[in-house]
Amino acid sequence: MVEYETHSHDVLVVGAGGAGLRAAIEAAASGARVGLVCKSLLGKAHTVMAEGGIAAALANVDERDNWSVHFADTMRGGQYMNNWRMAELHAKEAPDRVRELEAWGAVFDRTPDGRILQRNFGGHKYPRLAHVGDRTGLEMIRTLQDYAIHLGIDVHMECTVIALLKDGERVAGAMAYDRERGRFRVFDAKAVVIATGGIGRAFHITSNSWEYSGDGQSLAYRAGAALQDMEFVQFHPTGMVWPPSVRGILVTEGVRGEGGILVNREGRRFMFDDIPENYRSQTADNEEEGWRYVQGDKNARRPPELLTRDHVARCIMREVREGRGSPHGGVFLDISWIKSKMSDSSGHIRKKLPSMYHQFKQLADIDITSEPMEVGPTTHYVMGGIRVDGDTQMSTVPGLFAAGEAAAGLHGANRLGGNSLSDLVVFGKRAGEHAARFAAEQSSSSLPADAIDRTAREALEPFDRASKGASTEGPYQVQHTLQETMQELVGIVRREDEMVRALDCLASLRNRTARIAVTGNREYNPGWHTALDLSNLLTVAEAVTRSAIERRESRGGHFRADYPEKDTGYAGFNILVSRDTDGSMRISREPVPAMRDDLRQIIEENK
Amino acid sequence: MGTSAGDSMDVVESGRRAAERSDASAGSETRSATFRIWRGTATDGRFEAYTTGVSEGMVVLDAIHQIQAESAGDLAVRWNCKAGKCGSCSAEVNGRPRLMCMTRLNELDLSEPVTVEPMKAFPLVRDLVTDVSWNFEAKKRIAKFSPRAPDAADGTWRMQQSDVDRVQEFRKCIECFLCQDVCHVLRDHGKHDSFVGPRFLTYVAALEMHPLDTVNRTGELKEAHGIGYCNITKCCTKVCPESIAITDNAIIPLKERVVDEHYDPLTALVRLFRRKPQ
Repeated sequence: MVEYETHSHDVLVVGAGGAGLRAAIEAAASGARVGLVCKSLLGKAHTVMAEGGIAAALANVDERDNWSVHFADTMRGGQYMNNWRMAELHAKEAPDRVRELEAWGAVFDRTPDGRILQRNFGGHKYPRLAHVGDRTGLEMIRTLQDYAIHLGIDVHMECTVIALLKDGERVAGAMAYDRERGRFRVFDAKAVVIATGGIGRAFHITSNSWEYSGDGQSLAYRAGAALQDMEFVQFHPTGMVWPPSVRGILVTEGVRGEGGILVNREGRRFMFDDIPENYRSQTADNEEEGWRYVQGDKNARRPPELLTRDHVARCIMREVREGRGSPHGGVFLDISWIKSKMSDSSGHIRKKLPSMYHQFKQLADIDITSEPMEVGPTTHYVMGGIRVDGDTQMSTVPGLFAAGEAAAGLHGANRLGGNSLSDLVVFGKRAGEHAARFAAEQSSSSLPADAIDRTAREALEPFDRASKGASTEGPYQVQHTLQETMQELVGIVRREDEMVRALDCLASLRNRTARIAVTGNREYNPGWHTALDLSNLLTVAEAVTRSAIERRESRGGHFRADYPEKDTGYAGFNILVSRDTDGSMRISREPVPAMRDDLRQIIEENK
Repeated sequence: MGTSAGDSMDVVESGRRAAERSDASAGSETRSATFRIWRGTATDGRFEAYTTGVSEGMVVLDAIHQIQAESAGDLAVRWNCKAGKCGSCSAEVNGRPRLMCMTRLNELDLSEPVTVEPMKAFPLVRDLVTDVSWNFEAKKRIAKFSPRAPDAADGTWRMQQSDVDRVQEFRKCIECFLCQDVCHVLRDHGKHDSFVGPRFLTYVAALEMHPLDTVNRTGELKEAHGIGYCNITKCCTKVCPESIAITDNAIIPLKERVVDEHYDPLTALVRLFRRKPQ
């Protein structure tokens, strides 16, 4: 018999970034007993790294903005693959969620008349991102954290969930281990909210931390939930490329929002060379107009650097591939050029982009107020995830909810910058509210003793293998190979033959994972943690690859060199991933529901 | 409509120079460095030496990860963002409290072994990981943010940028707890029960100077949070990776408020006469 502690909650929230915290707050406010489990310390989740801002049609800077424009922008950015109901709710509710953050103590940058300031960002028609310099995510997570700690929520820090537990069809809790001591914990819960973020660690070059190992997607998949849109992975156009040790670290889109330009080695602002048809009417066709836009001229159109992330990333790849890249295989991003336009440009840059200034100064010896940065694409975000109901955020498993990056739907084929922070609070709140409501309607459940036992035994196998001394593998080496494989074969430019090869590699990595042995004991043992994370990484890597093979077209974050054009035949359905009865991964196509007429009209009016 | 203005060629030129500069500093040969890393617990531990390769731009955390992958799979280290934004990888490098992810190897003397050890103000879990949970409990004891009722016509508030600049400085804090680690009241005297430490004095300052907040925390600062223990040696300010002027901008103004309200003879006299019978 395995030993474990048991904790009982009405609602268990897994993940304590923006979505998890907001869900926990909402569930606790409705009277539920809430448990919040997080892999790191409270306040360290990936939300902390969000830089540019939170998108909400507050109309503080441009009074023409409203929810319907935000809705239309989000749908256009997502290539209409979005769950339109989520896009509607998001656009309508984001302003209230931002004002709520202010009421809870967040201190956003201000307009001259004392309201919340908003900045320009890619794909947003009007200045829409409430922000705090370039550390908006920190402001948001700290505000939510400091609010949540007074609500009687039980926080289980540095605790990793390794399985969801079910009672018949519905979810009944989760099994976890505490990282510090390596002891097992069983959570008895009537509803579970997955808010574990993304999958970036499946790739070699990424802006994501170690936490982003696809835990939530994989846990839900193994519990029988459907995943959706997993082929849509966002490669952010601007990650650091040099020195090698910082490759992939994010350079905020806010740099371009403040007037930063992209330049190739020939000195050409190449973003003017390829402006997609559906954005042509909104995009400046000369440098002077672009500059007027970032300065707030309401009659100017936005510069092409602020086109959507998928497009900008591909343009950068094209420049590099065709030999026009910067010395270390990226392109130049330059904000220092604004010195020709304003007197105190250096002070202005440091005020608006303080963490970028320090990041480059400390990690790359570059002073961004006088020199350009070298940047290139980095794996940043997964639009796909757990399939949920747009209103309640419940997955296809009763009692299992998902919010934030772990959930699919809002962003379609490509996410607009700033829409993720608003996603977290809008749908975190909804998930918490509906999870608490669901929990209140349930009688207590019984936990499956056999599943608990099996999970614990499997989790401890890497230690047993070390003592048996057979042919074994190290966890870090397997993880590294997985990341290289996905980067090379299922990265920003994809081809069928390469992805089929990736599936073979993943199968062999699965075999190697089954031979992993770890040294040391169960106390704070990163080798063991890495070994356990690998099965999640392998699941999401396979889901991404199979979905990407299935979509034989290019759309949003998904680019196929062998099918480089958009194909209207593929516009009508989302790709679903679920676990078959024999344990294999099943891919299916689910028609996109017909959009309501009033929403369709909004999109027409905003074309 | 591609453009190729003269300005943009300047961009390329200075970018090329920056790239050359960093390549030159990289050196051509691969070097190695030795790290003396604390292994084990507080009662059963020792420094162990590991040698690993050094490449351009590496930070201490890169070296730790490399050592993990090469020869010490169970080497415990806490980290997250590796970009100086989350404050997880706090440790002491050659005796100085630092974020390992922001400490470049090229600023250290690699001819000598580099010593990496855990923070000292908190109980050690294992290797480089300490139990910092006390900080999370300490924060809960501070009176929470309580805004005045919204007073703008649209149901929100108006705040000027100049009124929030100082609060924003304090809110840059990434809770790395390096200031707590270096504070002698906690580190050497272990006054965790009676002193919240520089991190949370800064937190109180952010609340007290928040334009919307209505609570007066001077009473709890003096009693529960032990602000009097701080004798402004500014060690906290020196180690802050966010360059927050902790002592000058947060702690000293709070000390002044406490003195004004609790030690000013005139105020004390007024309070004496106003005191209601218990």
